[in-house]
Amino acid sequence: MNSENAAPAAYCHENIIELDQVSFAYGDQKVITDLSLVVKERDFVGVIGSNGAGKTTLLRMMVGLLKPSQGEIRLFGQSIRRFRDWDRIGYVPQKNAFNPLFPATVREVVMSGLYSNKKLFKRVGKEDLQKCSEALEVMRIADIAGKRIGQLSGGQQQRVFLARALINQPDLLVLDEPTVGIDAQTQADFFELIFHMHRHHHMTFLMVSHDMEMIESYLGKEPRDRCGGIKFYVRHSHEQDCTIPGMQHSLV
Amino acid sequence: MEILTADFFQRALTGGLLIGLTAPLIGIFLVLRRLSMIGDTLAHVTIAGVALGLLVNVYPIGVGLAFAVAASFAIEKLRKAYKGYAELSIAVIMAGGVALASLFFTLGMGYNTDVMSYLFGSIYTLDTTDLYVVGAVTLVVVTVVSIFFKEMFLLTFEEDAASVSGLPVKLLNMLITVMTALVISTAIKIVGALLVSALLTIPAACSLLIARSFKSSVIFSVAIAEIAVVAGLVTAGVWNLAPGATIVLLLIAMLILTLIGKKGFSA
Repeated sequence: MNSENAAPAAYCHENIIELDQVSFAYGDQKVITDLSLVVKERDFVGVIGSNGAGKTTLLRMMVGLLKPSQGEIRLFGQSIRRFRDWDRIGYVPQKNAFNPLFPATVREVVMSGLYSNKKLFKRVGKEDLQKCSEALEVMRIADIAGKRIGQLSGGQQQRVFLARALINQPDLLVLDEPTVGIDAQTQADFFELIFHMHRHHHMTFLMVSHDMEMIESYLGKEPRDRCGGIKFYVRHSHEQDCTIPGMQHSLV
Repeated sequence: MEILTADFFQRALTGGLLIGLTAPLIGIFLVLRRLSMIGDTLAHVTIAGVALGLLVNVYPIGVGLAFAVAASFAIEKLRKAYKGYAELSIAVIMAGGVALASLFFTLGMGYNTDVMSYLFGSIYTLDTTDLYVVGAVTLVVVTVVSIFFKEMFLLTFEEDAASVSGLPVKLLNMLITVMTALVISTAIKIVGALLVSALLTIPAACSLLIARSFKSSVIFSVAIAEIAVVAGLVTAGVWNLAPGATIVLLLIAMLILTLIGKKGFSA
């Protein structure tokens, strides 16, 4: 349950997520027991497990939505309890986490990715609008920026939430079952897009998924770690960093 | 028509315009978070406070306001104890409020006209003190909402995402609940405790039908509430109707028209 077998990553990149003997229980029901795990910079970690194995619980702990019953979690080398750089993390929640009748446009949703703790008491400026246009452009949703989010197809909504997660150009992108309820072709496009981003951008990925086929095709057949019913598939990227600034390269 | 220029009517209009701004401003957040009924609950608790105020001869709206704020804290606490059953905490506190109110009223002089004025509103009896209180609440609500508008949007749209962005979610939730208590306890003098939630929810209900963006839904809500308040007060004044009821019925008429209009457009 450690990262020794991720040899090249072990010494050339910093730790992004560290779990140190973490356990979690709902009441007396243990969901996660004694899990230690290290995610290095530029890793792509696929988390696979059956329903109830605790993968969503695990992901929610890693982004601070749940507190572990035992053990310690560190993000970017800092204890999660003292962690403040939340703008370094992009989060794509499970689809259907929002009310489809909610009156919000695509642009408003994407902009909301900027509203972190560091933006409190600050106005939305020209620079922020620029970031938003760029994110819309990259995700090819600029033409539907004025539409109500509930009117879009599942695949379009997915792009909106990905654009929101990317607007801060995060170092870590966390995705919770991003392709549930989306047709096969759109799913394939979506995976291709994020795999491409992993290869060519200075970003670390953590994705919960149930799509074995996709995970295996990119991350290999053998999980690096296991914890109860949860398996961790990891691939590290060493390809050269993109020299084009900003997100523009993402889709090229 | 000379009623429209009378002092008491001018005060009613001022108070009505202020509540017509704050009630839908808070209401849109409550409706979108599926907390529409919290308005009714806090209104009933406020009545308990008003009853106590009348009993011990302290400014009734002030005591009501304190009760509503205390109840809003209690609701938040209960909401945590019964996760996923938000309406349960609301029902319990509402029952407690009604029970306390009837207890205090019967301890005093029994139900009298004063009680009726708080249940059904008595906008014509607004005095200068009331106006100062409503004005202060308006100032607080408008200031807080404009400072935290973008954060409150994210919180309402998706609480988890707000949390992962490092926003002080607990504090923001508390702010919204306390502001709700402030708005409701001041609004009951205008439309009455039994009708106050209409002013919070119906403008939002209308705007959800027509607005595409969040910003426009907030603007529509306020505009709809202000139109209903002004038109309702003038109508009630001229034809000698109950002002609170007239405002609420106008709101419902506007909702029906919006529904019909929307059907007409989409058909």
